[in-house]
Amino acid sequence: MSVETRTAPEDRAVEPVVPRPGRTANTLRGLGLLASLGALVLVGLLSVWVGTRGIPFTATWSVLWHPDGSETSIIIHDYRIPRTLLGLLVGMALGLSGALMQALTRNPLADPGILGISLGASAGVVVAVAFLGVGSVLGYVWFAFLGAAVAAVAVYLLGSSGRTLATPDRLVVAGAAMTAVLYAFNSAVLLLNPRAFDEYRFWTVGSLSGRYYDVIHVILPFIAVGLLIALGLAPSLNALAMGDQLGRALGLNVGRTRVLGAVAVMLLCGAATAAAGPIGFVGLAVPHVARFVVGPDQRWVLTYSMLLAPVLLIGADVLGRVLGAPGEVQVGIITAFLGAPLFIALCRRRKLVML
Amino acid sequence: MSAVREKGPSGAGSYPDRAGTGTGGPRVVGGLVLRTGKGGLSLRVQGRVLVVTAVMLVALVAVALVTLTTGDFELSVGEVLRALLGHGSGGADFIVNTLRMPRLLTAMCVGAALAVSGAVLQSLTGNSLGSPDIIGFTNGSAVGALLVIIVLHGSMTQIAVGALIGGLATAAAMYLLMLGRGLQGFRLVVVGIGVSALLLAVNSYLITRATWQEALEAQAWLIGSLTNRGWQQANTIGIAVLVLLPPAFFLARRLSMVEMGDVTAMALGVDVTRTRALLLVIGVALAAFATAVTGPIWFIALAAPQLARRLTRASGPALAPAALMGALLLAASDLLAQRLFAPSLLPVGTATGTIGGLYLIWLLITESRKSRA
Repeated sequence: MSVETRTAPEDRAVEPVVPRPGRTANTLRGLGLLASLGALVLVGLLSVWVGTRGIPFTATWSVLWHPDGSETSIIIHDYRIPRTLLGLLVGMALGLSGALMQALTRNPLADPGILGISLGASAGVVVAVAFLGVGSVLGYVWFAFLGAAVAAVAVYLLGSSGRTLATPDRLVVAGAAMTAVLYAFNSAVLLLNPRAFDEYRFWTVGSLSGRYYDVIHVILPFIAVGLLIALGLAPSLNALAMGDQLGRALGLNVGRTRVLGAVAVMLLCGAATAAAGPIGFVGLAVPHVARFVVGPDQRWVLTYSMLLAPVLLIGADVLGRVLGAPGEVQVGIITAFLGAPLFIALCRRRKLVML
Repeated sequence: MSAVREKGPSGAGSYPDRAGTGTGGPRVVGGLVLRTGKGGLSLRVQGRVLVVTAVMLVALVAVALVTLTTGDFELSVGEVLRALLGHGSGGADFIVNTLRMPRLLTAMCVGAALAVSGAVLQSLTGNSLGSPDIIGFTNGSAVGALLVIIVLHGSMTQIAVGALIGGLATAAAMYLLMLGRGLQGFRLVVVGIGVSALLLAVNSYLITRATWQEALEAQAWLIGSLTNRGWQQANTIGIAVLVLLPPAFFLARRLSMVEMGDVTAMALGVDVTRTRALLLVIGVALAAFATAVTGPIWFIALAAPQLARRLTRASGPALAPAALMGALLLAASDLLAQRLFAPSLLPVGTATGTIGGLYLIWLLITESRKSRA
């Protein structure tokens, strides 16, 4: 295993995490932010326009601003717009939670899907549906939080068990173990409860279809709180990137940062999973792209992740509708197809440097 | 001589004497050596291995007897034996020979196949986590089999072929990924987890494309089940085991040399490349046939070889004890899954998944202690 555990902080010390970029660098980053925002709007429009029923773009555009109660208008306002908004929220949550997890654990392979946290959330939902008769999304959300929290704590403890640090590889394997246990558990419960199964087989692969405004209302506050905590933590994460000891020397309360970060991850990941099912690889891929574009400053990484993740998620959703026509391919499947190769490429790097 | 070998395990400076070929270190080789005639076939047997093997055999027989005698209809041991010999009463004959026996045999053969596959692959990858279920071969086989089930509506044989092709294709892909850059140990496992995730997405996609009935069937198959397995399945996996286990056992000795490193193995006269390729194909084929028959059953391949190794304290890959352990584990898990939740039929995969996941967790904890202690 060539994972750098001890040299990483020194690397960081040599190469400061927060370089003082000149004005131009920050201007460029700001422009990039605007471009990402543009891409988000574009993908959003695409998502409103493309669907099972072919509606010409001009008609889509005019109905978008002047709802007239026609069939087209209903499709767009009651189905496609809420679906796009949900994609926006879920994407933001996944991107932020991925970036947060990678920063908190200094682990480039961290992703709510890979580390078994999404499956923890879905196990919570399965329990709620099968044993407690919970039928509403508001009910799901709490159980999803609980499941996500339990899985996250368990995986982290496992990954860092013994006297070792929680190295990226070990965390991934711990996540795989957790995933396997929870997968077996979910399957067992659902097989004994066939009526829940038909709904679940679409939910489990991650889908944005069929969940509308009420879902948005339920998860919005959770995601908003998670988002605020995450963005507030950004400066502390920069200090944490230098390692626990250096961070402490800089006056950082490491324990508080970790706990707050974990709470934010739980809120974001739990809400996203409750709304759209476990969707993997978005939280993995986007922060890497963000770091590639803007460098290691967590304030920029978090902001970019928040904007780029919904671009990826909504884009994947549109792609699924195009590829699967006349039906659709669930968005979780598309993101796995896009994200898994990246994951493999990241692992193949000779040195898996901890973040 | 011994001092040389302690210092130079690569074998560059020393040539091995006959007594020491089986072990890597300077351990004293003990045990009983069985030879035929002029030594055309010789076998070193250790007392501990014999005892462990005997205990596992007894346990296996016990599990088999409980499986055959209990259930919705309780039968006595005598009734079962008579039915097995063909003199049973009509009811007992049907229950034993049509319902319980093929299922039990399937469980034992699948368990043995998975365990040997796991032992071989763990040894080849040099990692206790390098078993077919973890590094994606099982999911690859599942993709092949699911394609046959959902798209082609194929027969049992065709499903087996599909699983075999899927497993081999995944192995080839992993091999290509391993080429070039050194991809060993944990890294291989982590890449395998990525490949697994990708293949799982393919499976999920296939299921969403299926009709409700097909999807339910496929989902039940995907978790690994022995329900309704009859003689057809028992024969399929039985033949696969009969064909594939002997060459695996035969190559095991060379495998223990390959484990010591390529240079040492070559110095000992082992054709490393060919041994590796042959064993890889055998390991993948065993896992693929097992998957074709029962669906992907997790963790037997991971846990059985490790448990067998720990019990026998064997230095190399102990394939025969591993096979027995696999048969015992799966048969016992199936018994548990059948009886614990009695009226409802839980697939055995849920039992092995849960127990095996806990085992993997334990493995992670002990491995981390060992590596840093």
